[in-house]
Amino acid sequence: MSTAYGVTAVVLVVLAAVLIGAFGIRLSRTTSDFYVASRSVSPLWNASAIGGEYLSAASFLGIAGLILAYGADMLWLPVGWTGGYLVLLVLVSAPLRRSGAYTLPDFAEARLESMAVRRVASVLVVLIGWLYLMPQFQSAGLVLRTVTGAPVWAGGLLVAAVVAVNVISGGMRSITFVQAFQYWLKLTALAVPVVFLLIAWRADGSPGLSAHDAATWALPLAGDREYGLYSTYSLILATFLGTMGLPHVLVRFYTNPDGRAARRTTLVVLSLLGAFYLLPAVYGALGRIYTPGLERSDTVVLTLPGTLVGGVAGDLLTALVTAGAFAAFLSTSSGLTVSVAGVIGQDILKGGVRSFQTAAVLAVTVPLGLAVSARSLPVADVVGLAFAVAASSFCPLLVLGIWWRRLTSAGAMAGLLTGGGLACGAVLATIIGGPHTGLAGALLAQPAAWTVPVSFTVMVVVSLLTPGRIPRGVARTMVRLHTPETLNLDRGDWRPRPS
Amino acid sequence: MTRERDRARRDGERSRREGERARRDGERPRREVVTSPRTTAARHPRYPVSREIDEQTRLGEVYMRSLVRTQFRLALFVCTVLACVVGGLPLLFLLVPELRAVRLAGIPLPWAVLSGLIYPAFVLGAWLYVRQAERNERDFAELVERER
Repeated sequence: MSTAYGVTAVVLVVLAAVLIGAFGIRLSRTTSDFYVASRSVSPLWNASAIGGEYLSAASFLGIAGLILAYGADMLWLPVGWTGGYLVLLVLVSAPLRRSGAYTLPDFAEARLESMAVRRVASVLVVLIGWLYLMPQFQSAGLVLRTVTGAPVWAGGLLVAAVVAVNVISGGMRSITFVQAFQYWLKLTALAVPVVFLLIAWRADGSPGLSAHDAATWALPLAGDREYGLYSTYSLILATFLGTMGLPHVLVRFYTNPDGRAARRTTLVVLSLLGAFYLLPAVYGALGRIYTPGLERSDTVVLTLPGTLVGGVAGDLLTALVTAGAFAAFLSTSSGLTVSVAGVIGQDILKGGVRSFQTAAVLAVTVPLGLAVSARSLPVADVVGLAFAVAASSFCPLLVLGIWWRRLTSAGAMAGLLTGGGLACGAVLATIIGGPHTGLAGALLAQPAAWTVPVSFTVMVVVSLLTPGRIPRGVARTMVRLHTPETLNLDRGDWRPRPS
Repeated sequence: MTRERDRARRDGERSRREGERARRDGERPRREVVTSPRTTAARHPRYPVSREIDEQTRLGEVYMRSLVRTQFRLALFVCTVLACVVGGLPLLFLLVPELRAVRLAGIPLPWAVLSGLIYPAFVLGAWLYVRQAERNERDFAELVERER
């Protein structure tokens, strides 16, 4: 494979990101600019922007890699990452938009009227963000090494630096158009090579799987993974419930003019994600036929065009996929970094522009350090753990907060600490101490199936035990969350603090 | 309902008191044919419902609770269907292993469902949900804005 094309692709994407970031400074300066400008954004653009930010390295590279390695059981991963938006749509989208919160800590404060709960939520946002950023940087290193032969840390450093500069200069994030463009770039970068790959596969006489693979790999719950059924259900729970608790998703919902538009946008997001997730399975299956012994399965998307198509066409397709992968790293990392930096700057440091800049540096250096030092797991597995933490902390907070009047600040606090704490413990045990074997290994690698019920139970039981701590403004908050904006009603005067 | 009954009782008391006053004045009270007290007939609220909600009266609360309950039932219905489909599939593949070998246009059934058919199904479910949720909100808005 020629390195020149790959390097050109990386340079072009990085340069585009930096330039757009530089122009972004002039286009929008403050959160309220972003907020005001966003009122004219249509659901399709908005949904493309959500898709652009959401489809990370895990979706672009990781799913195909895991399917290549483990087979049909991994098909649940993209299903869950799409279905999560269906759960988000029916349980939280419109009320969350109507709450007027920019961030999850904002929502916690607005609903529970408690600064303590807000702070716990802030810490959890930072932890989930870091856990999500770490594999993005690791994959960037992996891709750069595959394409150019650079050392593994170089790619991560490159992405971290570009994101930090962009976020500090205030660009990139605020432009819905850029994130929307990223979605279509990623879709093209994965869809065009698929056409060529399938043509090459037909020309090759459409070879099938080996007899052993057809009997095990291709069938769900037939592989040699221990506790396959438990892992499958736990994965389903984590992905379906975790989507709503991701820190970088919520801010995008604020871009909708009202709750009704938030619902319609989510509907479009579901269609866009559904279209994208048709593709990774093709890469996984072709990879199993042509490159079954790939050492790092996450690189299957990059190696297939060269293996199957070859020649200049293969090199060009590889360059296209590389560009898509870097677009994925940059867009997701930018979104996450802004969310994490916003929370660190506002809730942990003093607030203001200087704090935000310090926070942005902190937000990328910690996960970069982790990415270099931690055991390298498949990217989609680590992102799956971030979903598990979100599902066992923010999912109960949002669902109970929106639909149950008797949720108290004490209950929310207890649930966040128990659920988030248990899930984080399992994550640490898996990443640092793992891999574990047996039942304990399965419970730690896929914690959602037990941490989510524990979190919900603790939140409900503690709330029922502390009826005196029900927030005083709950009736007004319910009006705010649930009534359509066209009605002229008193919705209280809570506003998110300017950042 | 209790509000209306209270009001009806108050009205009744007022007319009795007026009758007594008239008797004290030395006049015979005018005869009236009592047909049926208007306790069951619908009464117009004094305020528009939006004011009941703003002032957090019991009636306003009833309206709010009914909206939240309707929307929650709809959400719960979608989630239940989703849980049955998504939770049922692994169990189905486990309990009826022959299904895994069925081929749909050359593709094994689990692959056809999980990497293809399920996505349009999500979109269809979401579309139906959005339609019904917006209808619920329209109904609520009509109820609240109806001022007579």
